[in-house]
Amino acid sequence: MLVYALLVGVVAASAFPLYWSFVVSSSDSSAIGEASPPLIPGGYLLDNVRRVFDTVDFWLALQNSLIVSGTVTLSNVVLSSLAGFAFARLRFPGRNSLFLVVIGTVMVPAQLGVIPLYMVVGELGWYGRLEAVIVPGLINAFAVFWMRQACEEAVPTELVDAARVDGCSLWAVFWHVAVPAIRPQAAVLGMVTFMAAWNDFFWPLIVLDPNESLTVQVALSRLASGYFLDYSLMLTGATLGVLPVIIVFIVLARQIVNGITRVSVNG
Amino acid sequence: MSPLRVSTAPSRQPARADRGPADGARRRWVLTRLDNRVTPFLFIAPFFVLFTVFGVFPLLYTAWVSLHDWQLIDGDQGFVGLANYAKLFADPDFYNALFNTMSIFLLSTVPQLLAALGIAALLDRPLRAGTVWRAGVLLPNVVSVVAVALVFGQLFARDFGVVNWVLGLVGVDPVDWGAQRLPSHVAIATMVIWRWTGYNSLLYLAAMRNVPRELYEAAALDGASRWRSFWSVTVPGIRPTIIFTVVVSTIGGLQLFAEPQLFDASGTAGVGGSDRQFQTVTMYLYEKGFGLFDAGYAAAIAWVLFVVCVLSALVNFWLARRIRAGG
Repeated sequence: MLVYALLVGVVAASAFPLYWSFVVSSSDSSAIGEASPPLIPGGYLLDNVRRVFDTVDFWLALQNSLIVSGTVTLSNVVLSSLAGFAFARLRFPGRNSLFLVVIGTVMVPAQLGVIPLYMVVGELGWYGRLEAVIVPGLINAFAVFWMRQACEEAVPTELVDAARVDGCSLWAVFWHVAVPAIRPQAAVLGMVTFMAAWNDFFWPLIVLDPNESLTVQVALSRLASGYFLDYSLMLTGATLGVLPVIIVFIVLARQIVNGITRVSVNG
Repeated sequence: MSPLRVSTAPSRQPARADRGPADGARRRWVLTRLDNRVTPFLFIAPFFVLFTVFGVFPLLYTAWVSLHDWQLIDGDQGFVGLANYAKLFADPDFYNALFNTMSIFLLSTVPQLLAALGIAALLDRPLRAGTVWRAGVLLPNVVSVVAVALVFGQLFARDFGVVNWVLGLVGVDPVDWGAQRLPSHVAIATMVIWRWTGYNSLLYLAAMRNVPRELYEAAALDGASRWRSFWSVTVPGIRPTIIFTVVVSTIGGLQLFAEPQLFDASGTAGVGGSDRQFQTVTMYLYEKGFGLFDAGYAAAIAWVLFVVCVLSALVNFWLARRIRAGG
């Protein structure tokens, strides 16, 4: 019984800030200034939502975030499945040292390279454009590492060899043997990548044009950048920005939880 | 259907025989060899191409830029050797940022990982609706840093913030969380703890599932209490995962940016409070590089930050190994 009481406490602490965000976003902004804060949702949600859309171009932000996250997710899943399959099941010279390079880069802080990355993006003429965020994110080392583990686990060597003996090309082996086997892990990777891309802040803040190519996170930071803090406006934005991922999370919670649990078993 | 297929088979046979069986086999052999040799590289090529252009090159180029007086807009103003580093090591604002980063990192990582251990132990027991609890614990991790910072910014607000309101209920005077060093660090650390504790506890949970049950039985036979067997069996048993989480949270903690940046909502443009009391190293990098356009200096900050990350990861790695030796 004590275990459940503790767990309820933990989950309540996890959920409270989100609940609070919803409470404030459904309250009149003056309600925040009263002696005791409101603890139940009020009736101003739609008003506040309208104000968010008046203050920043939230539709554009949603659309841009969807484009960025969708492209990055698709590309990470496809490219890392190919690379992961090659590292796990194909023989080629330099395989081990190349994979060490992949592992090494998982540990390197991305912020180390922002200054020159900014210059690279400038050379390519991508300042303020979505390409600046999409292209550097098309693949990352963790995804390759993850799909290699998946292939080691789910793609039997015997099946690969048998397909080779039958004269399948490597591409056909990948497509007909590996892809069906690694679909669940690829799905988890896709969800994790999507959320990470959706939530990315540092790089988009630097390189995107807040008037033309803002993403949801950059839009949220703009809501917070006034001298007068309008909490109900800010938290309405926060609620709106979080809603899509929360919905995805709730629908797919089981797979995501199991996926994260699997990382550490392997890692 | 099948008789039809059988009847077509012989009619194809002569056509192939025309080219000669040896020729066809040879061609297939060459193609297969080519496939074996080249295709694996085609599979890994996209990663390495993109990684070289957007990963390795910027990384190495940072070192080059840091040796120059380099302006983000106007470009290279000449080679200055280690001048940027010399300036950096004499820069009180840099030490201030480094101290803040370390302070927030310690305030967040230690409680976070201890709490994660405890929560994992709870989740490891036979539970009804296990997935629901696990998902509930993971929920904060899904929320974007920006949203977290906005919500906690309100919770920790000086006037009308919920934390001060609760403190007021127990008779504590309101704290101006943003204005002083330690309170601001506590507030920022709270955001990090909230977002990452559940994630780490799931990693620990997964590792705990792999600890051999016989070890617990042996501990029980020896008369070990539940507490004792947790510290002597469970914790050493999940050591690799503990090391992994310590190293990852070190690297994450030292790069802290969005939480402190947005905690300062009043518009001081990323300086980290009126007196830089919660400016982190990454915020300082951002201020120098993208606020003042001093790319050379920012690049030097980036490299020093990288070295600090590696050193801290090594120290933590070493500490995490020793903890086990003691237990």
